[in-house]
Amino acid sequence: MIKPSLEPRPVIRKLSEIPQGGSSKAGFLVDKNSGWRNRTPRVDVDKCVGCLQCYMYCPDGVIRKNVIEIDGKTVTKVDIDYDFCKGCGICEKMCQIGAISMEEKSE
Amino acid sequence: MSEIRFISGDEAFAQGVRLAKPQVISAYPITPQTIVVERLADMVEDGSLNSEFVHVESEHSAMMTAMGASAMGARVFTATSSQGLLYMAECLTYVSGGRFPIVMMNANRATALPWSIYGDHRDSLSQLDSGWIQIYVEDAQESLDMALEAYRLAESENVRLPVMINLDGFILTHTYEAVEIPSEEDVRDFLKPRETWDKLDFDNPVSMAFTVGPELNEEFNLLHHKAALAAIDELDRIDKEYAELTGRSYGGSVNGYLTEDADYILITLGSISGLVRDTVDELRAEGIKAGVVKIRMIRPFPTDELLKHLENVIAVGTLERDISFGYEGTVYTNVNSALHKGRNFADSYDFIGGIGGRDISKEIIRECFEAMINKETDRLVRFVGLEVEDDVR
Repeated sequence: MIKPSLEPRPVIRKLSEIPQGGSSKAGFLVDKNSGWRNRTPRVDVDKCVGCLQCYMYCPDGVIRKNVIEIDGKTVTKVDIDYDFCKGCGICEKMCQIGAISMEEKSE
Repeated sequence: MSEIRFISGDEAFAQGVRLAKPQVISAYPITPQTIVVERLADMVEDGSLNSEFVHVESEHSAMMTAMGASAMGARVFTATSSQGLLYMAECLTYVSGGRFPIVMMNANRATALPWSIYGDHRDSLSQLDSGWIQIYVEDAQESLDMALEAYRLAESENVRLPVMINLDGFILTHTYEAVEIPSEEDVRDFLKPRETWDKLDFDNPVSMAFTVGPELNEEFNLLHHKAALAAIDELDRIDKEYAELTGRSYGGSVNGYLTEDADYILITLGSISGLVRDTVDELRAEGIKAGVVKIRMIRPFPTDELLKHLENVIAVGTLERDISFGYEGTVYTNVNSALHKGRNFADSYDFIGGIGGRDISKEIIRECFEAMINKETDRLVRFVGLEVEDDVR
């Protein structure tokens, strides 16, 4: 799983410190943002078949592919980034096999 | 070894692009640009150019495809004209603000309405504020050469901006000339494959097409402005290096002809420059100290370079294929601003002609010089070459 790390917002004092180019570090992932959440999705890893519907539909991009070894076999599961999940529950609705359930607490 | 072939301006540009070896070409055909796209498609088909040719459904998509490919580190080419340029206008600022070094050929053509496929500069000049570097060429050879120089300029580390090369529609795009085509070997060291530090990379994710709030947005724009200004000297350096390679030099951002002792100078853009030089030769033979300055690069605007040519003039005229309705030609506005900044108070005239493909004849050019010589300062801004009597107030 590739997860950009949180870094403090860069302090720019001179023009020359501003990045010039097509892409650069954004300076956006400066804080965890999960305080809105009052329900928390939990993935039942045994049930999950790795169809990635939750990954496709997550409006905040916090569900990621998690390719792991189970009993010597490579299988695809999902991971949820609780630092940014807002608890909207769309993943639970999209999961056709009931592998995601919403817990009634914010942690 | 170079070879000489009899080809049109569009084909010459396509040959230049072939030598630049872009990995991705995305373009939508529009008259009079079509031939450049067709020739490049032929080259990709027959294998003489190893490039991904993306067939897009519009100019808007053409530019966005180009931007995506450029963000992956590819060298990219696209081309358009007139309404196509206006349709991709939204994308132009994305590409320039994102500092993607895309090279685009624009075949200068009138903008609707009235609908016309023939040439003037109202399409590209409407996009002066798009943040792109804009260069105008005079003949097919310069078209080929500038395709190569444009990539060098766009990809220069101190510039990193997209470049639009403008060819007068039909007059250049469809006129055949003998053009010297360098070999791949000839230009190998002049234009190396693109290398950049800012390409998108799965292993090191970064942000593209960024948002910047009021806390730094102005600073980003100032940096863009400084990068554009850097293109004036950079083009000069590249032009000199290209001259060492091929023997052809175009003089950087402006090109003066007999300006040193000139009393009357006509400023031009693009293909009309040659005929103006011929007319100047005739006027010189008649004892009139006339001269020409061709503006090759209008963004960034070469203020100091232009002023050097205008130091001793009595009057200066701007001959342009553009009108900003309700004011004057846009080139004239830019020239006057430069004159004022240089505290040069020569009489300055605007001659608007060649609109919608109207021919600018030698007689019309002489008329421009006569107006300056006769000090017709009551009509500083005028249309020239009208075919009917102007009786509307």
